[in-house]
Amino acid sequence: MTGTATTATARRVLAQLRHDPRTIALMLLVPCVLLTLLYWLYDGRPQQFDHIGGPLLGIFPFVVMFLVTSVATLRERSTGTLERLLTMPIGKLQLIGGYALAFGLVAVVQAVVATGLAIGLLDLDVAGPTWLILCVAVLDALLGLALGLLVSAFANTEFQAVQFLPAVILPQFLLCGLFVPRDQMQPVLEAVSDVLPLSYAVDAMLRLSTESEVSGLLLRDVAVIAGCVLAALALGALTLRRRTP
Amino acid sequence: MMNYAGDDAIRAEGLRVVRGGRVVLDDVSFGVPRGSVTGLLGPSGCGKSTLMRAIVGVQAHVSGRLDVLGRPAGHAGLRSTIGYVTQAPSVYADLTVRENLRYFGSILGAAAGEVDRVLGEVDLIDRQDAAVARLSGGQRARVSLAAALLGAPELLVLDEPTVGLDPVLRRDLWGLFHRLAAGGVTLLVSSHVMDEAERCERLLLLREGVLLADETPAALLARTGTQDAESAFLTLVEAAAGPGSTAAALSPSAPGSAS
Repeated sequence: MTGTATTATARRVLAQLRHDPRTIALMLLVPCVLLTLLYWLYDGRPQQFDHIGGPLLGIFPFVVMFLVTSVATLRERSTGTLERLLTMPIGKLQLIGGYALAFGLVAVVQAVVATGLAIGLLDLDVAGPTWLILCVAVLDALLGLALGLLVSAFANTEFQAVQFLPAVILPQFLLCGLFVPRDQMQPVLEAVSDVLPLSYAVDAMLRLSTESEVSGLLLRDVAVIAGCVLAALALGALTLRRRTP
Repeated sequence: MMNYAGDDAIRAEGLRVVRGGRVVLDDVSFGVPRGSVTGLLGPSGCGKSTLMRAIVGVQAHVSGRLDVLGRPAGHAGLRSTIGYVTQAPSVYADLTVRENLRYFGSILGAAAGEVDRVLGEVDLIDRQDAAVARLSGGQRARVSLAAALLGAPELLVLDEPTVGLDPVLRRDLWGLFHRLAAGGVTLLVSSHVMDEAERCERLLLLREGVLLADETPAALLARTGTQDAESAFLTLVEAAAGPGSTAAALSPSAPGSAS
């Protein structure tokens, strides 16, 4: 019973995506186009492309899933389907689990395509194992999904939901260590970046880019990301209220 | 103060709902007998939808007593026994009719043949593979209704299910409601169109959050001395507005109402 409501929801979300091929194309192609653009931008400076390419493989799925989930959840709320579902025998965690399962699968495809392009065609040089890069990319996608679900509770319109991208994602992007290494930041900013989840996503990808061995610090980064995913999903579940004013 | 049949599907006593600091329902008491088609009538904005939301357990700030199928409204055990149709069709516009019903059916644990059955009941078999977004307003409303019929619910709470439908379809749906009731299902159907009153076995008349009547259509007409529900409603409103004696004589707790 628990399984069926979750898998049924995942199948439904995937069916909705299937009816929207343009969104699928955008989700899969945009990261590839941006990576290719970056490759040309750093033409002749491969070590700089290597430095930024790895983290971007984690950041793209994070941003895309954040956007898709916040809009999808807002749509469930505004069309009344969420209210209908919450009068039915489905648990909130089952509903959220269904979304996580469906978008998690999309994230796997997206990560395989983007990573395959970056390593196979654009000569991105990474020291760590490719499968681990894929795993971290999918985990980053789930992080975006969990945060998107959470913030959608604070948006009443799709305009507001989209504004959460610059409000929630851009600060994390600026402080994640991609522009200025985190240990060289002004102490206050470093402390802020220490509590932002995207910092750990980028740290993990940077380690995978430069270290061939799986280090304890990498495992710590992965554990922090996973913890943030679970915390945000739990908080997101709290924002789904059966009774509303 | 009121007589209830022992076996009411819905029973409200002193029900009060506050929305955004405003009292939307005030001291509402009534009973809905099992296996009946009860009409919830009143002008737009009178609190019909809020009352229905309270019954299905999605309305916050409800006080007083509200029992549904022998349990307090909103009880987790009620979730597979109530079919609820909101005023705006709550289905996925980007999915086909069949995909929508298959999804809601699997959440309700409905058997495989259920989707075909409800498609037939709302007369949408020939549109089952169309995306809901491509359907007319009336067809969308029927998809939403079909989803509520899945899984053999004991209580159907339908918020204006016949709005905007053509008269033939409206007649067919009321026929369906009565067939379901004959099979033991309880239906609470709201409408702002007073002429739907005659299709109901019992009526709840609501105005500005106050219940004006809870009785059979015949008893309502007899008590108000009118020919149709619209005039009866007007008579009750005037009586409630006027002082003393008329209001008391026409109060819903008069003997005629407990039939």
